[in-house]
Amino acid sequence: MYPKTSYDGNILTIYLKGEIDHHTAREIREATDSLIQLNKPSVLRLDFSGVTFMDSSGIGLIMGRYRMMLLYGGSTKAVNVPESLERIMNLSGLGALNIIEQGGELYEAAK
Amino acid sequence: MKLQNEVSFTFDSKSSNEAFARSAVGAFILGLDPTVGELNDIRTAVSEAVTNCVVHAYGDTIGKIYINVKIFEGGTVTIKIRDKGCGIENIDKAMEPLFTTAPGNERAGLGFAVMQSFTDNVKVRSKPNAGTTVTLTKKLSLRVNNA
Repeated sequence: MYPKTSYDGNILTIYLKGEIDHHTAREIREATDSLIQLNKPSVLRLDFSGVTFMDSSGIGLIMGRYRMMLLYGGSTKAVNVPESLERIMNLSGLGALNIIEQGGELYEAAK
Repeated sequence: MKLQNEVSFTFDSKSSNEAFARSAVGAFILGLDPTVGELNDIRTAVSEAVTNCVVHAYGDTIGKIYINVKIFEGGTVTIKIRDKGCGIENIDKAMEPLFTTAPGNERAGLGFAVMQSFTDNVKVRSKPNAGTTVTLTKKLSLRVNNA
Protein backbone atom coordinates (compact mmCIF):
# COMPACT_ATOMS: atom_id res chain seq x y z
CA MET A 1 0.00 0.00 0.00
CA TYR A 2 1.59 3.23 -1.12
CA PRO A 3 -0.48 6.00 0.44
CA LYS A 4 -2.18 8.87 -1.33
CA THR A 5 -0.27 12.09 -0.70
CA SER A 6 -0.34 15.77 -1.43
CA TYR A 7 2.53 18.25 -1.12
CA ASP A 8 2.42 21.99 -1.67
CA GLY A 9 6.10 22.71 -1.15
CA ASN A 10 5.59 23.23 2.55
CA ILE A 11 2.90 20.92 3.91
CA LEU A 12 3.04 17.19 3.17
CA THR A 13 -0.25 15.35 3.69
CA ILE A 14 -0.20 11.57 3.79
CA TYR A 15 -3.58 9.82 3.61
CA LEU A 16 -3.40 6.62 5.63
CA LYS A 17 -5.98 3.94 4.93
CA GLY A 18 -7.34 0.65 6.16
CA GLU A 19 -6.20 -1.04 9.37
CA ILE A 20 -3.10 0.11 11.27
CA ASP A 21 -1.56 -2.61 13.43
CA HIS A 22 1.93 -3.89 14.18
CA HIS A 23 2.01 -5.70 10.80
CA THR A 24 0.86 -2.86 8.56
CA ALA A 25 2.67 -0.13 10.55
CA ARG A 26 6.05 -1.22 9.20
CA GLU A 27 5.04 -0.68 5.58
CA ILE A 28 3.37 2.64 6.38
CA ARG A 29 6.47 3.73 8.33
CA GLU A 30 8.80 2.97 5.42
CA ALA A 31 6.58 4.74 2.88
CA THR A 32 6.08 7.74 5.16
CA ASP A 33 9.74 8.12 6.06
CA SER A 34 10.90 8.03 2.45
CA LEU A 35 8.33 10.71 1.60
CA ILE A 36 9.55 12.89 4.49
CA GLN A 37 13.17 12.48 3.48
CA LEU A 38 12.37 13.19 -0.17
CA ASN A 39 10.28 16.31 0.42
CA LYS A 40 11.59 17.66 3.75
CA PRO A 41 8.27 19.39 4.52
CA SER A 42 7.91 21.87 7.36
CA VAL A 43 4.56 20.36 8.34
CA LEU A 44 3.61 16.71 8.14
CA ARG A 45 -0.13 16.00 8.14
CA LEU A 46 -1.10 12.40 8.76
CA ASP A 47 -4.72 12.10 7.62
CA PHE A 48 -6.68 9.33 9.36
CA SER A 49 -10.03 9.76 7.58
CA GLY A 50 -9.49 6.51 5.64
CA VAL A 51 -8.39 4.49 8.66
CA THR A 52 -10.90 1.87 9.86
CA PHE A 53 -8.93 0.32 12.74
CA MET A 54 -5.90 1.25 14.80
CA ASP A 55 -4.22 -0.29 17.85
CA SER A 56 -1.30 1.10 19.85
CA SER A 57 1.04 0.40 16.93
CA GLY A 58 -0.51 3.50 15.36
CA ILE A 59 0.50 5.54 18.41
CA GLY A 60 4.10 4.37 17.99
CA LEU A 61 3.86 5.32 14.33
CA ILE A 62 2.69 8.86 15.11
CA MET A 63 5.24 9.36 17.90
CA GLY A 64 8.07 8.15 15.66
CA ARG A 65 7.14 10.57 12.86
CA TYR A 66 6.67 13.36 15.44
CA ARG A 67 10.26 12.86 16.64
CA MET A 68 11.60 12.57 13.10
CA MET A 69 9.91 15.83 12.06
CA LEU A 70 11.32 17.57 15.15
CA LEU A 71 14.81 16.56 13.99
CA TYR A 72 14.10 18.26 10.64
CA GLY A 73 12.78 21.31 12.50
CA GLY A 74 9.20 20.57 11.41
CA SER A 75 5.93 19.69 13.05
CA THR A 76 3.40 16.86 12.83
CA LYS A 77 -0.39 16.86 12.87
CA ALA A 78 -2.80 13.94 13.11
CA VAL A 79 -5.86 15.13 11.17
CA ASN A 80 -9.44 13.97 10.58
CA VAL A 81 -9.27 11.25 13.20
CA PRO A 82 -12.47 9.16 13.05
CA GLU A 83 -14.60 8.85 16.19
CA SER A 84 -13.68 5.15 16.52
CA LEU A 85 -9.99 6.07 16.99
CA GLU A 86 -10.53 8.92 19.45
CA ARG A 87 -10.34 6.72 22.52
CA ILE A 88 -6.97 5.23 21.71
CA MET A 89 -5.59 8.63 20.69
CA ASN A 90 -6.72 10.13 24.02
CA LEU A 91 -5.40 7.19 26.03
CA SER A 92 -1.96 7.68 24.50
CA GLY A 93 -1.66 11.26 25.72
CA LEU A 94 -1.23 12.52 22.15
CA GLY A 95 -3.96 15.04 22.91
CA ALA A 96 -1.57 16.85 25.26
CA LEU A 97 0.89 17.41 22.39
CA ASN A 98 -1.81 19.42 20.66
CA ILE A 99 -1.29 17.69 17.33
CA ILE A 100 -4.83 16.36 16.71
CA GLU A 101 -6.84 18.51 14.29
CA GLN A 102 -9.83 18.38 11.98
CA GLY A 103 -9.90 19.92 8.52
CA GLY A 104 -8.73 19.64 4.93
CA GLU A 105 -9.64 17.20 2.20
CA LEU A 106 -10.68 13.73 3.36
CA TYR A 107 -9.35 10.42 2.06
CA GLU A 108 -12.17 9.81 -0.44
CA ALA A 109 -11.72 13.19 -2.08
CA ALA A 110 -7.93 13.11 -2.16
CA LYS A 111 -6.09 12.03 -5.32
CA MET B 1 -22.38 -18.06 34.86
CA LYS B 2 -23.67 -20.53 32.29
CA LEU B 3 -21.53 -21.11 29.21
CA GLN B 4 -23.48 -20.45 26.02
CA ASN B 5 -20.95 -20.77 23.23
CA GLU B 6 -17.24 -21.39 22.81
CA VAL B 7 -14.58 -21.41 20.11
CA SER B 8 -10.85 -22.20 20.12
CA PHE B 9 -8.28 -21.72 17.40
CA THR B 10 -4.52 -21.87 16.95
CA PHE B 11 -2.31 -20.00 14.52
CA ASP B 12 1.34 -19.13 13.81
CA SER B 13 2.82 -16.05 15.50
CA LYS B 14 3.23 -14.22 12.19
CA SER B 15 2.42 -10.51 12.23
CA SER B 16 0.20 -11.02 9.17
CA ASN B 17 -2.10 -13.11 11.42
CA GLU B 18 -2.83 -10.19 13.80
CA ALA B 19 -5.69 -9.02 11.56
CA PHE B 20 -7.04 -12.58 11.27
CA ALA B 21 -7.06 -13.06 15.06
CA ARG B 22 -9.00 -9.89 15.93
CA SER B 23 -11.41 -10.41 13.03
CA ALA B 24 -12.09 -14.03 14.02
CA VAL B 25 -12.87 -13.05 17.63
CA GLY B 26 -15.00 -10.17 16.37
CA ALA B 27 -16.93 -12.47 14.04
CA PHE B 28 -17.59 -14.97 16.83
CA ILE B 29 -19.20 -12.40 19.14
CA LEU B 30 -21.31 -10.81 16.37
CA GLY B 31 -24.23 -13.03 17.39
CA LEU B 32 -24.46 -11.05 20.64
CA ASP B 33 -25.23 -7.94 18.57
CA PRO B 34 -22.45 -5.83 20.13
CA THR B 35 -22.42 -2.08 19.57
CA VAL B 36 -19.87 -0.73 17.08
CA GLY B 37 -17.92 0.57 20.08
CA GLU B 38 -17.93 -2.75 21.93
CA LEU B 39 -16.81 -4.62 18.83
CA ASN B 40 -14.02 -2.11 18.23
CA ASP B 41 -12.94 -2.35 21.89
CA ILE B 42 -12.66 -6.13 21.72
CA ARG B 43 -10.89 -6.12 18.35
CA THR B 44 -8.38 -3.56 19.65
CA ALA B 45 -7.69 -5.42 22.92
CA VAL B 46 -7.21 -8.74 21.07
CA SER B 47 -4.88 -7.04 18.61
CA GLU B 48 -2.72 -5.77 21.49
CA ALA B 49 -2.53 -9.18 23.17
CA VAL B 50 -1.69 -11.01 19.94
CA THR B 51 0.92 -8.41 19.03
CA ASN B 52 2.58 -9.02 22.41
CA CYS B 53 2.82 -12.73 21.54
CA VAL B 54 4.34 -11.97 18.13
CA VAL B 55 6.77 -9.26 19.26
CA HIS B 56 7.71 -10.32 22.79
CA ALA B 57 6.81 -13.95 23.49
CA TYR B 58 8.31 -15.42 20.34
CA GLY B 59 10.52 -12.55 19.11
CA ASP B 60 12.49 -13.70 16.08
CA THR B 61 11.04 -17.19 16.16
CA ILE B 62 7.62 -18.43 15.07
CA GLY B 63 5.50 -20.28 17.62
CA LYS B 64 1.83 -21.05 18.13
CA ILE B 65 -0.74 -18.65 19.56
CA TYR B 66 -3.84 -20.22 21.15
CA ILE B 67 -7.10 -18.30 21.47
CA ASN B 68 -10.19 -19.45 23.33
CA VAL B 69 -13.37 -17.37 23.41
CA LYS B 70 -16.29 -18.10 25.71
CA ILE B 71 -19.68 -16.43 25.71
CA PHE B 72 -21.62 -16.69 28.97
CA GLU B 73 -25.30 -16.15 29.67
CA GLY B 74 -25.97 -12.44 30.21
CA GLY B 75 -23.44 -11.27 27.62
CA THR B 76 -20.11 -11.72 29.39
CA VAL B 77 -17.29 -12.65 27.03
CA THR B 78 -13.89 -14.03 28.04
CA ILE B 79 -11.01 -14.21 25.59
CA LYS B 80 -7.91 -16.21 26.52
CA ILE B 81 -4.77 -15.52 24.47
CA ARG B 82 -1.99 -17.98 25.26
CA ASP B 83 1.55 -18.51 24.03
CA LYS B 84 4.40 -20.86 24.88
CA GLY B 85 7.03 -18.15 24.48
CA CYS B 86 9.62 -16.51 26.70
CA GLY B 87 7.23 -15.51 29.48
CA ILE B 88 7.27 -12.29 31.50
CA GLU B 89 9.82 -11.80 34.29
CA ASN B 90 7.92 -9.03 36.06
CA ILE B 91 4.23 -8.75 35.18
CA ASP B 92 3.61 -5.55 37.19
CA LYS B 93 6.46 -3.83 35.34
CA ALA B 94 5.26 -5.12 31.95
CA MET B 95 1.81 -3.69 32.65
CA GLU B 96 3.08 -0.20 33.50
CA PRO B 97 2.00 2.30 30.82
CA LEU B 98 4.87 3.34 28.52
CA PHE B 99 7.11 0.49 29.69
CA THR B 100 8.45 -1.45 26.72
CA THR B 101 11.38 -3.76 26.09
CA ALA B 102 11.27 -3.00 22.37
CA PRO B 103 11.49 0.80 21.97
CA GLY B 104 13.58 0.45 18.80
CA ASN B 105 10.56 -1.00 17.02
CA GLU B 106 8.48 2.07 17.91
CA ARG B 107 6.44 0.10 20.39
CA ALA B 108 4.62 2.70 22.46
CA GLY B 109 4.44 0.57 25.61
CA LEU B 110 0.67 0.91 25.71
CA GLY B 111 -0.45 -2.65 24.98
CA PHE B 112 -1.64 -3.59 28.47
CA ALA B 113 -2.98 -0.07 29.11
CA VAL B 114 -5.16 -0.38 26.02
CA MET B 115 -6.34 -3.87 27.03
CA GLN B 116 -7.25 -2.56 30.50
CA SER B 117 -9.02 0.50 29.17
CA PHE B 118 -10.95 -1.34 26.44
CA THR B 119 -12.16 -4.32 28.50
CA ASP B 120 -13.57 -4.78 32.02
CA ASN B 121 -10.77 -6.99 33.33
CA VAL B 122 -7.32 -8.20 32.27
CA LYS B 123 -5.68 -11.15 33.98
CA VAL B 124 -2.10 -12.14 33.19
CA ARG B 125 -0.44 -15.40 34.16
CA SER B 126 3.12 -15.99 33.08
CA LYS B 127 6.11 -18.18 33.73
CA PRO B 128 9.55 -17.35 32.32
CA ASN B 129 10.52 -19.73 29.49
CA ALA B 130 7.11 -21.40 29.64
CA GLY B 131 4.65 -18.85 28.31
CA THR B 132 1.97 -16.31 29.06
CA THR B 133 -1.82 -16.39 29.23
CA VAL B 134 -3.79 -13.16 29.02
CA THR B 135 -7.50 -13.36 29.84
CA LEU B 136 -9.70 -10.47 28.76
CA THR B 137 -13.22 -10.16 30.15
CA LYS B 138 -15.89 -7.82 28.87
CA LYS B 139 -19.60 -7.61 29.53
CA LEU B 140 -21.60 -6.57 26.49
CA SER B 141 -24.70 -4.41 26.82
CA LEU B 142 -27.02 -6.93 25.08
CA ARG B 143 -29.33 -4.59 23.24
CA VAL B 144 -31.31 -7.59 22.01
CA ASN B 145 -32.59 -9.94 24.67
CA ASN B 146 -31.06 -13.21 23.51
CA ALA B 147 -30.17 -14.60 26.92
